[in-house]
Amino acid sequence: MEEIKNPVMDIIAEANRSATSGIDAKDIKDWITISIMGRAYKVPADLTILAAMEYAGYKFVRGVGCRQGFCGACATVFRKKGEYKLQTGMACGTRAEDGMHLAQIPFTPAEKASYDLTKEPYSASVLIKYYPEVARCVSCNTCTKACPQDLEVMDYVQAALRGDFELLATDSFDCIQCGLCALRCPSEIVQYHVAQLGRRLYGYYGLGVPEHLKKRVEEIEKGRYAKALDTVIAFSNDELRKQYVGRDIEPEQ
Amino acid sequence: MSDAKDFAFTLTGLRIPYFPGCTLKTTAQNFESSAVAAARALGIELVELPRWNCCGTVFSLAADDLIHHVASIRNLIRVQEMNRQGLVDGENRMVTLCSMCYNTMKRANLRVRQNAEDIKKINDLMYREEDYQGNVRVIHFLELLREIGMGKVKRAVKKDLAGLKVAPYYGCMILRPKEASIDDPEAPTVLGEVLRALGTDVVVTPYNKVCCGSYQTVHDKDAVAGLAYDILGHARKSGAEAIATTCPLCAFNLDNRQKEVAEKHPDFEHMPVFYITQLMALAFGVDQGVLRFDQNYVDPVPLLKKHSLLDK
Repeated sequence: MEEIKNPVMDIIAEANRSATSGIDAKDIKDWITISIMGRAYKVPADLTILAAMEYAGYKFVRGVGCRQGFCGACATVFRKKGEYKLQTGMACGTRAEDGMHLAQIPFTPAEKASYDLTKEPYSASVLIKYYPEVARCVSCNTCTKACPQDLEVMDYVQAALRGDFELLATDSFDCIQCGLCALRCPSEIVQYHVAQLGRRLYGYYGLGVPEHLKKRVEEIEKGRYAKALDTVIAFSNDELRKQYVGRDIEPEQ
Repeated sequence: MSDAKDFAFTLTGLRIPYFPGCTLKTTAQNFESSAVAAARALGIELVELPRWNCCGTVFSLAADDLIHHVASIRNLIRVQEMNRQGLVDGENRMVTLCSMCYNTMKRANLRVRQNAEDIKKINDLMYREEDYQGNVRVIHFLELLREIGMGKVKRAVKKDLAGLKVAPYYGCMILRPKEASIDDPEAPTVLGEVLRALGTDVVVTPYNKVCCGSYQTVHDKDAVAGLAYDILGHARKSGAEAIATTCPLCAFNLDNRQKEVAEKHPDFEHMPVFYITQLMALAFGVDQGVLRFDQNYVDPVPLLKKHSLLDK
């Protein structure tokens, strides 16, 4: 069978291979010492926090995801040598430095409300009903300082409070839901869940259903794609793989 | 507003930093829309602070509770930024409409201006912001009217409100404590001065600064309805047909709680509660769309029709 090349899968596989696998320790020139939950480890320099912890022997089953800085799973907290400030970031995107104190922060177990958008009014009162802590914001900006995406988190919380759904949706759009804002908030707000509810309300009520989506749904309901779908379903596994790999992909930006 | 008009303001009008607050963006939109339009009729452009946050809601009285003043001070930094960015020109005043926002920010400002250590601590905490220099003046919209002069208010009137009997209601937040008061805290006159300039018959009642019940309205509707009954009842007995105020919380307690008042007292006669700026916009003859009576609980339309004050 002809070898199938899929560049996307290769990139992910490469990223998941430890940066030092296959390299002999004696060939590594630069080493740093880090402290993981109070214990010192010598690791090669120039690794990310994630790779450094893995080198030290930690195995992540949860608390890790895409390793590309997108998914928000590997949120972590650390302190640099000689600094008093606790800092936050994504373990896969932050470089380990000599003397760094590291910890594993796997997940923020925040309460998430359950709601039916279609039964709620388009108003700030909905956000306050499901997440009343929003009203406790003291504008300290700790959330913004914690955000690894550099979002203006406090600004969007304030927008939520006054029902400015457009600002809430646009300011929070790049949120990866890592939970660091909620971990640091002195007012116990779960910023990213508030933002998600806000974006949903904005999408449902503020933006309305776009014309092209309406048209496409009509086409689907009229069966325009039924035949094509039947063809795909009938493919063998090999044929399906060939078609998938050979599909048109949007060019890299 | 058109660009041409915007440009005209930069040449002739007063552009002043304006803090709306959360309530004016949600349940008191009628206050904001009428105030912005009324101010324009006076040649004043209320320029909304960019990236403003909640005022802090209530001024914290605890000596060591600096965190609850951060919100206020952060807003004052926005005024410094507006001056630097050219949104306003050498304007250190910041106008508020909501009495509660006024009170909270005025007192936080006073506190840090009188205490160098406070201001340093707050500036340190907000290290991402520029330092607050302590030069912003928090003023209420009514103070701005006094500063430009009631004569100017009177000259802007296109259709005076003669015959309309209105009782000014001050509440506490623009009068107390004394150091935050915009007027004589015992015998305030500023609302009456504005109402007189608009041509209304001003009805002064001894209940014009009795507490409306404030946040008790959340868990003790009856207590607040009792206060509303007294305040509105005395206004009615003194001959008033309506109330004018500047506080969204007072307005809520006097207006919306009339539902509970009427349930308790079958003979109670409903009384419209206006924001002073709604009456200003009405007298200045601006587009009546800004009055937004849909957000008033007691419909003022029949009363205004009786006095032939509405366009349609």
